[in-house]
Amino acid sequence: MIKACNHLTKLYGKPNGWSLEAYEREGGYRAARRVLTEMTREQVVDEAKKANIRGRGGAGFPMGVKWSFMPKQSTKPAYLAVNADESEPGTHKDRTIMEENPHSAIEGCIIACYGIGAHTAYVYVRDELHLSKARLWGAIKEARAKGYLGKNPFGKDYAIDIVVHTGGGTYICGEETALLNSLEGRRGEPRLKPPFPAQTGAFGCPTTVNNLETVAIVPTAFEMGGEKFSQLSALHDIKDGGCRLFGVNGHVKKPQIVELAVGVTLRELIYEIGGGVTGDRALLGIIPGGSSTPPLLPDETLHAPDEKSPMHKFHGKNVLDVPLGVDTMRAAGTMLGTCCVTVMAEGSCPVLAMENLMQFYRHESCGQCTPCREGSAWLHRTVAKILDGEGSMEELDQLHDIANNIMGNTICAFGEGTAMPALGFLKKYRKDFEKYVRGERTRRDASLVVT
Amino acid sequence: MPFALSADRERELNEILTRYPTKMAATIPALHLLQDQEGWISEEMMIWLAHRLDVSPAHIKGVVTFYTLFNQKPAGKHQVWVCRTLPCALRGAGDVITHCEKKLGIHVGDTTKDGKVTLRTAECLASCGTAPMMQVDEEYHENLTFERIDEILEKLQRD
Repeated sequence: MIKACNHLTKLYGKPNGWSLEAYEREGGYRAARRVLTEMTREQVVDEAKKANIRGRGGAGFPMGVKWSFMPKQSTKPAYLAVNADESEPGTHKDRTIMEENPHSAIEGCIIACYGIGAHTAYVYVRDELHLSKARLWGAIKEARAKGYLGKNPFGKDYAIDIVVHTGGGTYICGEETALLNSLEGRRGEPRLKPPFPAQTGAFGCPTTVNNLETVAIVPTAFEMGGEKFSQLSALHDIKDGGCRLFGVNGHVKKPQIVELAVGVTLRELIYEIGGGVTGDRALLGIIPGGSSTPPLLPDETLHAPDEKSPMHKFHGKNVLDVPLGVDTMRAAGTMLGTCCVTVMAEGSCPVLAMENLMQFYRHESCGQCTPCREGSAWLHRTVAKILDGEGSMEELDQLHDIANNIMGNTICAFGEGTAMPALGFLKKYRKDFEKYVRGERTRRDASLVVT
Repeated sequence: MPFALSADRERELNEILTRYPTKMAATIPALHLLQDQEGWISEEMMIWLAHRLDVSPAHIKGVVTFYTLFNQKPAGKHQVWVCRTLPCALRGAGDVITHCEKKLGIHVGDTTKDGKVTLRTAECLASCGTAPMMQVDEEYHENLTFERIDEILEKLQRD
């Protein structure tokens, strides 16, 4: 069901919509003021839990629960690290918030810092997003001048400051522990967990890492009340609450970002929001939320494990007609990820698509773990060889082995992020791969573009 | 002449150092400052920064070689990055890259003979909804057409 919202997007496209004046005209900073002047830290975390905000960065972990992991008493300072590295192929949402509504992220940081016991927030923005960084710094300066940041925000004796930190152009720094290493001035190599960031994060201190959209929606949730915010969602009963940004890109007529209540389906996103498939073609496949989420075929159905499963009411439904949620997409054998859908139309080649993605993972692997470093390159080389008509059936089968040997054998989830889509493409488009092996199709006939 | 930061960048570096509990944390923002001044990061600059931040030159070199955006050799006056990853590729990034190569008379990874433009491909630049796209220095150009690309590149060549 399409239920349009405009909590984050109401300032999009407005003249100076990114300014503090425009933000306050729409009721901005009311939530932060109330939180700091009227609520205790415990009340903030409880309210955050009620909002059922699932992390918007890809893993979908409940934000309030994550906040509650922060130690109540610590001799060390605590930090908030906001992940705005936005590098997952197919993901183009956080950038719109930073460019067009940066104060929502700043206000969210204030509430989050107070809730987790931190006095400093680092917003990690990938370096390429120069306009985003400028808008965030501009918003921080405005908030400091108003006294919303600094020693006594809203008159409260609780210092809060925010710093924008930049990376150097690497996908891996979107992984939370790689992000922390990069923030400390090191190579962005993921760390072994445990210890988790809530115990030992940035600079060896307790740290909460939240995606930028997650933080930016917090003021809305507190302004509405956590429970009421959660109820916006059609999946409120399975603790997937509120509204979020949905993206649609690839082979659709109107690629864009929209803000909707959780509960919209893929069919609605593609055909109503996205205006339908390019050239009114049939669907070849859908990547639901960034390139690390395995593709779905348009005729797949969802299978619930048993009648007791909360997924049972969706059992047997076409995946295009299931509300997009963290748990529903998991039940469909993929992941919701970043909620930005990449659409592939019939006529484009899935083998070329896999080659393109494997080239990405090969380039972006940090190189720490052998299965990922060697595996991603091996996957890319082998798919390229098959496309060039030089691959054998044995090599096609070997791709499964390579991917399976990455799964579970690496420090961070980047390994799975490479192997899962690889296995998805291999399983779902096997016949296309075989055509190249048998010489029935060549790279020269293949294209990713359709008209 | 030994390497030195300009006075205004030196002030900025001092300000950056106040943001973090450690000096090492300033490594990446400082490298951006250095590259902003010189266009690339030389061994001499790495050693200079290592002394400035009280870390080893090996640490700085490790960081420089890890991150894509640091040039380890001099590059063109302008940097053109064309996104090549799947969502852009589905909307014609492949043709955009070929078109740029033809227009500039160079291959991806090369710099034009006059030293004005370095052409590179980028991995996803978070602009999938406005594909195909390219980044020129600090600016994004989205929903590209061949006409628009010609305008952008001709302006760079004239500069």
